[in-house]
Amino acid sequence: MGKRTLVLKFPKKLVNQPITYKLVKNYNLKLNILQAKVTPEEEGSMVIGIEGPDKKIKEGIKYLKETGVKIQPLIQDVELDKDKCTHCTYCVTLCPTQAFIVDRKTMEVSLDKDKCIACGICVDVCPYNAIKLKLG
Amino acid sequence: MAKTIQQINEKIKKGEVVVVNAEEIIDIVDKKGVKKASQEIDVVTTGTFSPMCSSGAYINIGTSKPKLKLGGGKATINNVSVYTGFAAADIYIGAAALPDEGPRNKFYPGDFTYGGGHVIEDLVSGKDLKLKAIAYGTDCYPRKELDTLINIKDLNEAVLFNLRNASQNYNVAVNLSNRIIYTYMGELKANLGNANYCTAGQLSPLLNDPLYKTIGIGTKIFLGGGEGYITWHGTQHNPSSKRKNNDIPKDTAATISVIGNLKNMSAKWLRGTSMKGYGATLTVGIGIPIPILNEEICRYTAIKDKEIYTTIRDYSQDYPNAVEKSLGEINYEQLKSGKITIKNKEVPTGSLSSYKKAKEISNILKDRIKNGDFLLTQPIASLPGPNSGYKLKPLKEREVK
Repeated sequence: MGKRTLVLKFPKKLVNQPITYKLVKNYNLKLNILQAKVTPEEEGSMVIGIEGPDKKIKEGIKYLKETGVKIQPLIQDVELDKDKCTHCTYCVTLCPTQAFIVDRKTMEVSLDKDKCIACGICVDVCPYNAIKLKLG
Repeated sequence: MAKTIQQINEKIKKGEVVVVNAEEIIDIVDKKGVKKASQEIDVVTTGTFSPMCSSGAYINIGTSKPKLKLGGGKATINNVSVYTGFAAADIYIGAAALPDEGPRNKFYPGDFTYGGGHVIEDLVSGKDLKLKAIAYGTDCYPRKELDTLINIKDLNEAVLFNLRNASQNYNVAVNLSNRIIYTYMGELKANLGNANYCTAGQLSPLLNDPLYKTIGIGTKIFLGGGEGYITWHGTQHNPSSKRKNNDIPKDTAATISVIGNLKNMSAKWLRGTSMKGYGATLTVGIGIPIPILNEEICRYTAIKDKEIYTTIRDYSQDYPNAVEKSLGEINYEQLKSGKITIKNKEVPTGSLSSYKKAKEISNILKDRIKNGDFLLTQPIASLPGPNSGYKLKPLKEREVK
């Protein structure tokens, strides 16, 4: 059994197709949609967690690529700039995977990289520009 | 026995002063009792580090050759509009100012990556800034255009002068609607998806002196890493706000106006801030020392997060329409735990104010006082208190004929 987190980009022509449904139905993969959006240009992006036998995951990814879904060169890392972060805790509730850990005694914020899916939500909202996305 | 500020200053000069921060005093009073604590402790230091939009700085750029009169003209610094309605060489940079050509919320929600707060941060950190100005020209000030780099070290004056800072308490913001909203209290997720608050609770300056018995006009403070003074009560000062039995207001109440030499401040404690979908601002570090003159003042400084309540308000309908409706009261211990319950729903909490940095400020101020680098001042006038009749008024709109 394997587990992967993927960032999928759907071109306009694919936005109306039930691609995730097929991923479940045809490859028997367990899907967890962590983030999904359609831009004003009608392109879609989605962050998904997939779980299943390694072989099936491979086949599923192959299917996605063949359909025209772009699998982003996976975002490697989100970095919290220690000099810029004020530990205000504003980002904490906005993170879809609860990857920010707050020490409730000192109110110090840290990032649990195992939980982080590098979706970029925190990068976008941090008032101090203290979070950076490092692309792989 | 009661102490005076003068006696405390003598102890500071001799290196005998006993200073603790507003978190440490809690345990001391719990263990020793308020009587003993008030005898032993001379000063309690407080702190806050939050976005404070009614902040700004004035600068005097010096006269150019030939001379140019900024007053009545237009100017930008790093493309951000600055105010020139003064004499020839004075400018005021407002924290919430934006570039004239900036997209603002045109592509909603806007990013507001650079505004007046960022100009102030860059200025204080010693960076060169681009000043552009257009003037109309007079006989004594003939020049009409200016395009130059400026640097804080060359300016005659650079003074932080904030109209409204260090709010005594602040409401908790939530969103009852079914769409995400972007406010000055941050991004609020639909259907009570999160709750944002914005004070340092038990460390916050005015919550430790709820009736303004020691903090007043002329009080010397930690401001933006340097020193400053309280000049007046802040705008929207509202001391008549409803209070609990412990004198702590349950909502926004007192505010202060502060001033200090920007040249002695630090970019660490004056941070340009971008609130997505809302605007740009400045996050300001303020610390106020409270002289423990008697038992009553000592008891006030021992206030705990769980004894400080604030009001929960909806920012989707009520706040924008100026409807004063409470969704309940909640204390800072609950807010700091990371989740609260509203309408039977568990709601995660986030803060815009940094408790960690507030504590750091209270400790820096503590060290300055202990080392004899910071003497206390006696206020020369009080802030309007709960019985002053001073009240926050809404705008009364009248027909223009």
